[in-house]
Amino acid sequence: MDVDTLLHALFLGCCNVAQRGDFISGTASIAAQTISVVGTANRAAIGVELALQLAAEVLRVVREHPGRAILLLVDTLGQRLRRHDELLGINAYMAHLAKAIDLAERSGHRVVSLVYGQAVSGGYIAGGMMADACYALSSAEISVMNLPAMARVTKIPQERLEQLSRTSPVFAPGAENYLKMGALDGIWSGDLAESLRAALQGKSGADQRRARGAERGGRTTAMLVSERVRRDALK
Amino acid sequence: MKQSYHEASARKRLLGVLDPDSFVELLPPQARVTSPHLPALDLPVAFDDGVVVGAGALNGRRVLAASEEGEFMGGAVGEVHGAKLTGLLERAVAQKPDAVLLLLESGGVRLHEANAGLIAVSEIMRALLAARAAGVVVIALIGGTYGCFGGMGIVAKCCDVVIMSEEGRLGMSGPEVIETAHGVEEFDARDRALVWRTVGGKHRYLLGDADDLVEDDIAAFRAAAIRALDAARPPTLDNLLAEHAFLAQRLHLFGTCRDALDIWRALGLKTAESVALLDTAGFLEAAEKIRLRG
Amino acid sequence: MEKHQFEFHGGRVRAPKAAPALVGVASSGNLEVLIEPAKLNGACRIEISTAALGFGKIWEAVLRDFFERHQLSDVRISVNDVGATPAVVSLRLDQAVDEFTRPAS
Repeated sequence: MDVDTLLHALFLGCCNVAQRGDFISGTASIAAQTISVVGTANRAAIGVELALQLAAEVLRVVREHPGRAILLLVDTLGQRLRRHDELLGINAYMAHLAKAIDLAERSGHRVVSLVYGQAVSGGYIAGGMMADACYALSSAEISVMNLPAMARVTKIPQERLEQLSRTSPVFAPGAENYLKMGALDGIWSGDLAESLRAALQGKSGADQRRARGAERGGRTTAMLVSERVRRDALK
Repeated sequence: MKQSYHEASARKRLLGVLDPDSFVELLPPQARVTSPHLPALDLPVAFDDGVVVGAGALNGRRVLAASEEGEFMGGAVGEVHGAKLTGLLERAVAQKPDAVLLLLESGGVRLHEANAGLIAVSEIMRALLAARAAGVVVIALIGGTYGCFGGMGIVAKCCDVVIMSEEGRLGMSGPEVIETAHGVEEFDARDRALVWRTVGGKHRYLLGDADDLVEDDIAAFRAAAIRALDAARPPTLDNLLAEHAFLAQRLHLFGTCRDALDIWRALGLKTAESVALLDTAGFLEAAEKIRLRG
Repeated sequence: MEKHQFEFHGGRVRAPKAAPALVGVASSGNLEVLIEPAKLNGACRIEISTAALGFGKIWEAVLRDFFERHQLSDVRISVNDVGATPAVVSLRLDQAVDEFTRPAS
């Protein structure tokens, strides 16, 4: 889905959101409240400049509009794979973005992310995945990498990965898999404005992803393991 | 006598950094909590899934600590590995130790557990920032053979303090990944000098991404970790605004540099070409006045 | 992966202390060995999980030799092997016993 279509479906014209290159920012109004919209477009490869720009916008909202909800719009192919970015320490810029989003949540901003295009590894993890509530359109694709590349790197035949993907949500890309594993609060289709309204009303709190993954049966071990490390007595 | 941090195992590093006989492991190997996904791929498991977590003491202070083993799947984060780190950081929120030490050595997400690994890294990030917000200082130590990359490179920069050795490497996309994506002209992964000056400890220290640079010696890492115990920088708005100004300035100053040598010269390092040859003490002296500080 | 289990009886050396020990790493050409005390009616049980297929006879020979040397009883040993040579296997097993029997410092 392109940005204009998405914005129209979410806000029915009640928004003042601009797209400059791969960067999206602005405000919108929904259910009688003003929210901030921040994100990326064009399947952006997120490099140091874009990561910094995204963080700047989040920090600006925290400083100038305490408590205002933030919608993160996600369409990214991941971190930009250039030597330039590594040279300048892209991991520090990505971490900065993650910290900015975390701060917004901790300061009482409701943060909701929506994958409307692609969400690939590094670009998703430092941005949208830091949100209290993560959603995706049913047409969205979320992945670490595609199966052919995964087959190449892991040296496991692609047919084997495809076969395993039929029964396990662990390997293959897809919003449905991320839902089963607890990373998504829900998948949106139909009335997007209504879905967003409901999402904005949710309460923020502790990270629920492991509990949901266990509940939905897609990721059962993480919860058990982290709880034991958290609570086991020292022997 | 010096004992190489670079060459030691994750367990040996951890035991050497902490006070003698102080470490108690949580979910130790005999608990046999191994990866639920690797057997489906007919791959070997490790009894600790490549990470040691537990509690101990550092200079008499109460700490929680984790150490990743690069030799097992490059230290990559799978479901169990990640959940152990997340659980440890959540334990820190509840117990408020004097610090959490993370001895990081990881290529990032374990691709064999793709989605589970990615979500796990995200959970580590949120738990880490929750621990810091609760007032616990989190210290990253990086000096292992496999470096610290991918999502774990982000995790490192979510910590209060990063301690590196010259041999340590810190980044996001490994040189091989970049070479595969954009060709050998973009990044020749076999050019060791280029790799080293792009992601190595000295460059990270000069850029301010490493707060301390130590010799490749377990005792030196220990001493640096002790120095960092009271260096908490809670992720407040003021601190993040300062960090933002710092990162923006760095990008402004060096955004057009093609090579680390250009950056070092621009910093005013007169002997940029000989940085590789300087021993740690000599390098620290040369870097003292000119390095960036985040 | 292939699994083997061996049990040796008649060992004279009791498990010396309660703390288990782990040596080695499950990486290519290497193995990890976990050794721990276990009530096994005097037996020494060794469980192998290995990436090298079809070497059951060699495992048995290497482990029998190991048992003859150390004569452990009431000990459980677990191995995750990623294609180590018999020499490396013997070395790691000996290291594991060393760690296991070393008095706590």
